[in-house]
Amino acid sequence: MHRTGTLYGQFKTLEQQKDTATLGMWIFLVTEVMFFGGIMLAYTINRHTYFHAFAMGSNTLSLGLGATNTLVLLASSFTMAMGVWSAQTGKKTLISIFLILTILLGFVFFGIKYVEYAQKFHHHLVPGKSFDIGYCAHNPSKCEDVDVKELKEEGERLEEAQKADPDLQAHAQLYFSAYFGMTGLHALHMVIGAGLLLWLLKDSVAGKFTAEWNNPVDIVGLYWHFVDIVWIYLFPLLYLIDRHK
Amino acid sequence: MAEHEEHAEHVVPPGVYAAIITTLLVLTGITVYAAFVDLGRFNIVVALLIATIKATLVVLFFMHAKYVPKRTKLVIISGVFWLALLLFMTLSDYASRVDYRGIRYPMTQNVTESFEHRA
Repeated sequence: MHRTGTLYGQFKTLEQQKDTATLGMWIFLVTEVMFFGGIMLAYTINRHTYFHAFAMGSNTLSLGLGATNTLVLLASSFTMAMGVWSAQTGKKTLISIFLILTILLGFVFFGIKYVEYAQKFHHHLVPGKSFDIGYCAHNPSKCEDVDVKELKEEGERLEEAQKADPDLQAHAQLYFSAYFGMTGLHALHMVIGAGLLLWLLKDSVAGKFTAEWNNPVDIVGLYWHFVDIVWIYLFPLLYLIDRHK
Repeated sequence: MAEHEEHAEHVVPPGVYAAIITTLLVLTGITVYAAFVDLGRFNIVVALLIATIKATLVVLFFMHAKYVPKRTKLVIISGVFWLALLLFMTLSDYASRVDYRGIRYPMTQNVTESFEHRA
């Protein structure tokens, strides 16, 4: 293809080239909205039908870890936005610094997510044969990482929920399937995002991005922010069900 | 910073990003606080409203949607539209369902009842 510098032959100006790239990325992001939208719709219907089980499951999650991860991810979106700004204003060293910060925050997110997932395995909260929503409430000695007061509240809630829903174990597994499905797909998107950021970092260290041409930084930024938006919805949907009791 | 030269694209200044991230962090605090207040069925409404405000801020400023050409805006709005269509059509179907016993969806409170019916 005919190409002058960073301008491809089919475009008149760099501005037009960038607008086209942005438009294409947004079309992709619309398909992603529909992808996560379908999953959230299924979640909504199950939550509505089996509310007691979903509230029970949600209250076993660690709000501290979830909220921390929300702050980490929001901060990473900020550093990403600053990375794009550095690119637009041609500050070559700053681009790399902000990309590294974004990647680091991404890895902090993975670390916390790992702690959370490991906890779910220890607490018998992974759907399957050994699943038991009342495991921690009944065996407090085996769940030493959970606050005693919280465990007591969990026990009280469990009794109520079992009265309201005779099939609580099955429906709580539905909640945890949603939890692992949604956070898992979100984490997969983050892994892809982190990979894209590392690829950007390579080019950024090589000094390829300038104020005139920085499309990849902009496009990956859009993707990273989208993944952030998914988490903005996942956090209240998964962690904050019926917390006020 | 002198921004007098003709820029092809709109550059959002770091001050705006700082203001947005501060707002996002504050809203996260509010959403956690609101979850512990008993608002009945409106807890989820408040949670989703705050999440939507946060998402809108990210889209408009972090993702520069405020400064893109109209055709890109059309694509963004079409995404929201299709999502609304998906949610509205499916949920209105569920909301208007009645099962063979004449019990309306959701049947959460009627799970025990249905077992008694069968017994």
